[in-house]
Amino acid sequence: MKRIAYYQGCSLEGLAREYDMSTRAVCKALDVELVEIPDWNCCGSTPAHSYDPLLPAALAGRNLAIAEGEGCDVVATPCPGCLKALKGALDVYQDEKKRAAFLEVLGMPFDGEIEAISVLQALYEDVGLDAIKKKVMTPLKGLVAVPYYGCLHSRPPKPNQFDDPENPIVMDRLLETIGVTVPDFPYKTECCGAAFGVTRNEIVGKLSARILDMAVRVGARMIVVACPLCQQNLDLRQDQISRRAGREFNIPVVYITQLIGLALGLKPKELGLKKLFVDASTLLKELMDANAAGQEASASA
Amino acid sequence: MKKRIHTLNIDDACDASFIEDVEKASGQKVSRCYQCGNCSASCAYTYVYDYPANQIMRLIQLGQKSAVLHSSSIWLCASCQACTTRCPCNIDVAKVMQSLRIMSREQETVSEKNIRVFFDEFMRSTRLFGRVFETGLLPVYNFLTGKPLNDMDLAPKVLTKGKLAFVPHRIPGQKHIEEIFARFEAHKRCENKCSDGPKAV
Repeated sequence: MKRIAYYQGCSLEGLAREYDMSTRAVCKALDVELVEIPDWNCCGSTPAHSYDPLLPAALAGRNLAIAEGEGCDVVATPCPGCLKALKGALDVYQDEKKRAAFLEVLGMPFDGEIEAISVLQALYEDVGLDAIKKKVMTPLKGLVAVPYYGCLHSRPPKPNQFDDPENPIVMDRLLETIGVTVPDFPYKTECCGAAFGVTRNEIVGKLSARILDMAVRVGARMIVVACPLCQQNLDLRQDQISRRAGREFNIPVVYITQLIGLALGLKPKELGLKKLFVDASTLLKELMDANAAGQEASASA
Repeated sequence: MKKRIHTLNIDDACDASFIEDVEKASGQKVSRCYQCGNCSASCAYTYVYDYPANQIMRLIQLGQKSAVLHSSSIWLCASCQACTTRCPCNIDVAKVMQSLRIMSREQETVSEKNIRVFFDEFMRSTRLFGRVFETGLLPVYNFLTGKPLNDMDLAPKVLTKGKLAFVPHRIPGQKHIEEIFARFEAHKRCENKCSDGPKAV
């Protein structure tokens, strides 16, 4: 069993609770031991981008230092925003001109030996598609869904060192592995409006509407994400987006871990499917029932 | 009032040291920019910016400190990294925008006041509890910006899903977070003293 530190971040305790539930359930099913960082704190998220990088580096650095203390050499986070902050802290530490100030503000021992990755990277590189495929119990055959990666999954390329910055494919491959049909999606990395939902709602209205519209146009019945902020904009705010666009969108936006979990045979309740705002359960239940009926029919034939 | 194309008289307000300040703060060679426009073409926010990203870069080169630090663009940048990914000169444009936000905060030239309020309240929540308290953030923001109904249409939906806590959870190590903020502030005070503080716009 692989043992990695787990940094879920604040969203996953609140509006993205189902992302936390499904990440833990999927990792358990795939024999990845997630060690929650004890007493973890907020990384500073987007708002910290208007303060001296030293502050968010120290905030994120505290989580890394605690994880190191737990004897972990890798920390994985499901949130791309948190990942950026963790990598930012390591960058500041590695910069010799900034290291002393960083350690002074951090105020605790830190070796900087730990590596920060996304949960997606752990699933793709450490577990691997073959191992996932072997554990698939109920492939999601017949589901047409597009992966929406958002901004920070593979950007900027230099610190991220994962997937293609212009045309990421990791979620495409994961979805194909669990039986999903994945059409080409040209808006994979277009921005959804990020943290402007509260302060400049019309920006999210416009940018997220383009993404929802493109998903519908390529024939997707579902959008699959790996970022709590993207999910919030596209799902929680879908009614607002519809009102602004003057048309009604009704497309579920699910976390990739929820779909992987279903395919691995986990219960919808464990994966928090009912916590989504736009209903995904009905469509997924129909699909699973139809697939089960098809399997029975072919077994009896 | 009709919105007109704004023009700048670049001879009037040139601060030749500005490019040096920005390059030092961001660690990026802004002088390398040759105006290919890839950043603006990649930017999803150009339509709300007062100056597109490439013009911000040019204005820095021209020492237009006041125009740049008063611009709304630097606060409407979402740090999506599209510009940084596509710059042929390897300039981390998003990092430059971040440094400009920090400078405009220090010089008190923030044009997007509400965004600043939101960011400040987010950080205050982090400082107070160790983790951001989502439920508390929106009402405080709405109160401070005089928009009591902002996002209230989402409340019934959110409440039925049982996702949000009603009482903030203070992490056991909140004291350490407070100390990190305090040490950071002390460090900045010391840094400003050594360099005689930020220069006026």
